[in-house]
Amino acid sequence: MSTREIAGKTVRVNEEGFMTDPNEWSQDIAKIIAREEGIAELSLAHWRVIDFCRKDGISAGKAPTLRRITTHTGISTKEMFSLFPKGPAKKVAKISGLGKPEGCV
Amino acid sequence: MATTMTPILPPMVVAEENNTLPQPAVTPEKETRKIAFICSKGTLDMAYPALVMGWAALGNGIDVTIFFTFWGLDLINKTRVDHLEIALVGNTSMKMTMMGVDTGNLGIPQLAGILPGMTAVATKLMKDKMAKLEVPTVREYLQMLVDAGAKLYACKMSVDMMGLGKEDFVNGVEDIVTAGDFMDMTEGAQIVFI
Repeated sequence: MSTREIAGKTVRVNEEGFMTDPNEWSQDIAKIIAREEGIAELSLAHWRVIDFCRKDGISAGKAPTLRRITTHTGISTKEMFSLFPKGPAKKVAKISGLGKPEGCV
Repeated sequence: MATTMTPILPPMVVAEENNTLPQPAVTPEKETRKIAFICSKGTLDMAYPALVMGWAALGNGIDVTIFFTFWGLDLINKTRVDHLEIALVGNTSMKMTMMGVDTGNLGIPQLAGILPGMTAVATKLMKDKMAKLEVPTVREYLQMLVDAGAKLYACKMSVDMMGLGKEDFVNGVEDIVTAGDFMDMTEGAQIVFI
């Protein structure tokens, strides 16, 4: 486990760059991680997904899988792949300050 | 280095020098990994490997192509996809314990498997177990894969042999292609045969 500075705050991250304590997260951190993940600007649609993942992830103790996100938010698989291209569940988990999503579906 | 650069330097060197300039804040794209599955089986148990791995691949930003051939065409055949089955006969992994009988490694007798209705029983058993784990049906999984950008193709020789056409397939099957076409479109991909 190591630490890194994002948006003027020192946060703990694992070897893949996922934050290990969701309480250290802030919206500014999300914006910076999003840029690193290739998303230049977070739109309202992005924030809707991030909000769901934050709530669900914190209450369940783990990041939601893509299928969980689509079934609970009504956002389609297609839209998820256009909002967060190339691995939406992983990307949104990282941006939301959660761990890597586990599970096969 | 950059300050000593003169016009006589060849363009290659200039390009290399430019690479040392600060990178944009948005991470540049890496070359995308590609994976292709060949689905040749039409039983319920053999339908899932490509679907599960394909979904996982898409979730990791990997390009996915699936080629359906021979019995694998049942997976995309719209009249068959909801009726894939698993048979007890010849399946040595089906144990009595799966039916809730605590008998260790004792297999379900093969003779039982030939009784009418036993294939339906085994199929229901497997479907129930998967539904409990919230595993999507094959039809739903295929739609998820297509929505996530996977490319589905049917094998021309098998399609001709079985007298099928594009209209027999579920939505999302891009085309009917030859083995040669498949080789062209999967250049550089890792190929998994199922």
